[in-house]
Amino acid sequence: MQGLDFSVVTPYLGLFWMGVWWTIVLTVTSSILSFFSGILFAVAVLYAPAVIAYPVRFFMWLFMGTPLLLQLFLIYFGLVQIGIDIPALGAGIIGLGLHFAVYNADILRAGITAVDPGQSEGARSIGFGRWQTLRYVVIPQAVRNTAPPIGNNMIALLKESSLVSVIGIAELVHAAQLAISETFRPFEFYITAAALYYILNLVLEAGLRQVEKKVEVSR
Amino acid sequence: MDFSLMVRVFPFFLEAALVTVQISALALVIGLAAGSLGAAAKLSRSRTVRMIGTVYVSVFRGTPCLIQLFILYFGGPQIGIHLDAFAAGVIGLGLNIGAYMAESIRGAILSVDRGQAEAARTIGFGRAQTMRKVVLPQAARLMIRPLGVNTVALVKGSALVSTISVVELTYTAQRFIGSTYKPFEIFGVAALLYMIIVYAVARVVDLLDRRYALS
Repeated sequence: MQGLDFSVVTPYLGLFWMGVWWTIVLTVTSSILSFFSGILFAVAVLYAPAVIAYPVRFFMWLFMGTPLLLQLFLIYFGLVQIGIDIPALGAGIIGLGLHFAVYNADILRAGITAVDPGQSEGARSIGFGRWQTLRYVVIPQAVRNTAPPIGNNMIALLKESSLVSVIGIAELVHAAQLAISETFRPFEFYITAAALYYILNLVLEAGLRQVEKKVEVSR
Repeated sequence: MDFSLMVRVFPFFLEAALVTVQISALALVIGLAAGSLGAAAKLSRSRTVRMIGTVYVSVFRGTPCLIQLFILYFGGPQIGIHLDAFAAGVIGLGLNIGAYMAESIRGAILSVDRGQAEAARTIGFGRAQTMRKVVLPQAARLMIRPLGVNTVALVKGSALVSTISVVELTYTAQRFIGSTYKPFEIFGVAALLYMIIVYAVARVVDLLDRRYALS
C-alpha cells in the first residue's frame, strides 16, 4: 500500500482536458451519426423492399446481440482488411454510431408505428407524396414522442465512448492510462477520470432535460 | 468467408464462451444482491440509508463500467484490495449492473398500486409484513422483464473484462483477429456464441414472465 496522493494529478490536468475534449467530440459526432442512421434504419425496416429491409433487420439483430467492444474490433480491424484504411478516430465514431443507431432504430420504429394513421392520411389527402409525408409529418412526430429514450441512449453513449480507448483514441480513459504509465498511480487517475465522466454525465442529463422540456412545450 | 478457419477455432471459442457464462452468472448473483440492497436503501425511512443508496446508484450509473473495472483491478492494490482479474471482473460487473437492477427493482415496487399497501396496513399488517406478503409478491412479477433486460446487458457488458485480461469470448476474438487477420470470420464465431447466450437468457426471462404473469 503506497497511500493515496491526489496531488499527482495536477501536472496532468492539461492532458485530462484534452481527454475531456475528445470524449465530447466522440459523444457528439457519434450521437449525431446514431440519430440519423437510426432514422434511416427504422424507415428501411418499415418501408423499404424486402431486399433492403431484411439485411437491415439482420444487421440490427446482430448488433443488438453482441458487445460493442467486439464490434469495435470488427470495424477497426475489419475495414482495413477490405481495403478501407480509416484512422482509429473514424473507426471509433462509426462503431459507436452504428451500435447506438441500432438501438435508436428499434425505438424509432415503434415511434413511427405509433403515430396516428390519420396524420399520414391527412398529409396524403392534401397532396403530400409518400416521402414528403414521412419526412414532414410522420418522422417529426415520431422523434418528438421518442425523445426521452433516445436521450437515454445518448447518455449511455457518453459512458460507452470510454471503450474506444482500446483502439487507441486519446479520450479520457486513454489520457488516464498515459498518465498512469508515467506515475504508476492507477487509483488516483482512474478516480479523476471517473469524476470527470460523472460531471459530463450530469451536464448531458441536464441538457437533455431542457431539450425534452422544449419538445413538450411545442407539442 | 473462410469457413474451415471458423471450424478450427471453434473449440477455443466454446471454452471462452463458458468463461463468459460463468462471469455473467456470478456477476448476476452479485448484481441481484447489490440491486436488492440498493433498492431497499433507496426506499428506506432513514435519510442516511437513503443517501447511501442514492450515492451508490448514481455513482455506478453515472460513470463508465470500464473505469469501475480499472479502479477495482488496477487501483485496488493501492488501497489494499488485491483481486485477480476474474474476481475483479465478477465483482466490478456485479456492482455495476446492481446499480441498474436497484432502479428496476425500486421501479417495480413503486408501481404496485398504493391501495394494496394501504389495505394491508388497515387490516393490521405491520410495515415489514405488508412489504413481504403484499407488495413484494406483486412487484416480483413486474421486475422480471426489466431485470431480464439488465441481465442481457450484463452478458454483453461482460466483454469489458477482456480489457483486464480475463480470457473470455471477446478476449479470445481479439487474440484470433490479431493472429489470423480474418476479423469477419472471427467476429462471426464470437457473435454466434454471444447470440446463443443472449437468446437463452431471453428465453428464460420469457418463460418466467409467462409463468408468473397476472392471469
